[in-house]
Amino acid sequence: MNIVVVGLSHKTASVEIREKVAFASNQMEKPLKELVELPDVNEGLIVSTCNRVELYAATHDMAGGMARLKRFLADYHGISLDILEPHLYNHHGEAAIRHLFRVASSLDSMVVGEPQILGQIKTAYGYAAEYKTSGIILNRFLHKAFSVAKRVRTETKIASSAVSVSFAAVELAKKIFGDLTDKTVMLIGAGEMCELAAKHFLNSGVRGVMVTNRTFERAERLAEEFDGRAVRFEDLFDHLHKADIILSSTGAIHFIIGAKDVEDVIRRRRQKPMFIIDIAVPRDIDPKVNNVDNVYLYDMDDLQQVVASNLQLRSEEAKKAEGIIEQEIGRFFNWLSMLEVTPTIVALRSHFEEIRQAELAKTLANWKELPPDGRKRLEALTSAITNKLLHTPTSLIKQTGQGGRTDLYLDALRQLFELQTEEPGEEEIGELEE
Amino acid sequence: MNALLFYCTLGIYCAATVTYLAYLLKPQQILGRAAHWMIASGFLIHCVFTVARYLEAGHTPITNLHESLSFFSLAVVGVFIAFERRYNVFILGSFVTPLALILLLASSLYSADIPKLPPALKSNWLLVHTSLAFLSYATFAVAFGAAIMYLIQEHFLKKKRLGPLYQKLPSLVILDEINYRCLTFGFPLLTIAIITGAIWAETAWGTYWSWDPKETWSLITWFIYAALLHGRLTTGWRGRRAALLSIIGFFVLLFTFLGVNLLPGESLHSYDRLLGGKY
Repeated sequence: MNIVVVGLSHKTASVEIREKVAFASNQMEKPLKELVELPDVNEGLIVSTCNRVELYAATHDMAGGMARLKRFLADYHGISLDILEPHLYNHHGEAAIRHLFRVASSLDSMVVGEPQILGQIKTAYGYAAEYKTSGIILNRFLHKAFSVAKRVRTETKIASSAVSVSFAAVELAKKIFGDLTDKTVMLIGAGEMCELAAKHFLNSGVRGVMVTNRTFERAERLAEEFDGRAVRFEDLFDHLHKADIILSSTGAIHFIIGAKDVEDVIRRRRQKPMFIIDIAVPRDIDPKVNNVDNVYLYDMDDLQQVVASNLQLRSEEAKKAEGIIEQEIGRFFNWLSMLEVTPTIVALRSHFEEIRQAELAKTLANWKELPPDGRKRLEALTSAITNKLLHTPTSLIKQTGQGGRTDLYLDALRQLFELQTEEPGEEEIGELEE
Repeated sequence: MNALLFYCTLGIYCAATVTYLAYLLKPQQILGRAAHWMIASGFLIHCVFTVARYLEAGHTPITNLHESLSFFSLAVVGVFIAFERRYNVFILGSFVTPLALILLLASSLYSADIPKLPPALKSNWLLVHTSLAFLSYATFAVAFGAAIMYLIQEHFLKKKRLGPLYQKLPSLVILDEINYRCLTFGFPLLTIAIITGAIWAETAWGTYWSWDPKETWSLITWFIYAALLHGRLTTGWRGRRAALLSIIGFFVLLFTFLGVNLLPGESLHSYDRLLGGKY
């Protein structure tokens, strides 16, 4: 049995293509059922997000399976496969396992380390489980992917730092104030950047927003948008002490706030800390302000440096994550290989054991003057012989199981000994694990 | 038996300190949790040791350097565990447990023989006065740890150096609050310790206050923390200034505890072993 994946993502296809093959999340039953009705596809799973569409399947026929998945993806959405083909990637075996592990750990995301993808895969798996299109192999595969993603998340710092300027500002604020819920933000001036940052602060729970602008009407409009209050620019210094966080981006050519001003403000605040973000270029706030006790001033360059070093950190952590994934691939792949090998070995062993028992029974039945420990010794002798005979072939088979032409050996064994194997049940698989 | 408990505690504190320091450098949350349980179990054994010692000696085991260093260490760990739980900051341990370990190591250098208590000191005041004093010392020790963390984190934020340690340290406000909480617990404890000391002195030596070096330095320590508390409550001394002052306060406190014994002249409080002589 083999795992295959066929799909496309933001790396291989533009949004025009991606949206054409997306599956609506509220109608997953039909495509999933059709997927597992394809010949030779035993189990199936569909991951469909705005950045990727992927079909996973467990199949006996690797090459044929992948071709059928491609055809299915094109036919289901009524697109010619010729158009789709150049955007599609396909993986099987170890590469397919690596692919899902990387996707789930957010190493394949547009922003590496973003946390949504894991939830999206969990939802996709939820549908497959609900409509029973996933079985032993995909169940195990997906659970493994979730635990790998969790390991990556806890053992690396891949998602621990902000990678946009406005998020970086929010994170800094949290390191200064801890909780932001009772904090007030003041916006001086306007601008896309400033408003975006203000929105992020609001999402993080700040209590109030004050807005000031040289044109008061503009301040009023913006204040309305943020459910805050507008302050006249001339009155700025009467209100500044009420703000814990200041976002400044005016078009002023000179500094509008100097170190002296901030010293007064901080005294009025009884030394409660202040976080000032100067997004304006040229700058609005005298850099000497940073020297005032309990005031933390960050300008655009500072924030961009934070983001740059966070990105750097993420790419370093991504390398660590790849290492973790390689380890886990090995483990899962072994399990997958053993899945085929074990029933044959079990059958072979029980075949030998039956013969041994039968012959032993015959011999014991006719033996009149059996010494007291005779039965025990015969048992030991016969088991030793069968075990020795079986030892080399079984261990060799297990080794080829870890990447080799296992099916040839298995076929030969089954035919030579006339073995009948059944698909293993869930419990048996649990036992095989280590 | 007591020796076994003592060295068992020492071993666990040592392991916990190493784990806390590893937690400082490595991102694994599990290290923090492991260290927390280590120090908690060490604390329990340390408590058992202290009670066993009390039963064996028949008086509060805070009479010589061996005992008082050990009790100081016990109190630091106890107060630290309370704060770690309350504020959920494992990393506080990286700054406080080394101190507890050093105190206990120092204690192990002194003889564990049970001292003969002069009749003047045989009193219930021994328990009240000394344990309150060391509890207040311990809260100031935790304040000291939080203050150092504050200064480090403030340095990172001001200089815009946001490395892994910055990520790990809690926010400035939390650190400042721990500092403040310690002060609000430690200061009343120190005050009561000084008052009970005075009452005891009156019953034992017939005078409330004799300007013994220990008494003088305790008063200096008290004034420093009083000033800090006053500053906090009135003009909003917080953050950096509060952190610096609680670091200074702690050094003065350490001098009150140990250094006074090194001063020339007799002190009613000098512990026997430091000067290697009589009580």
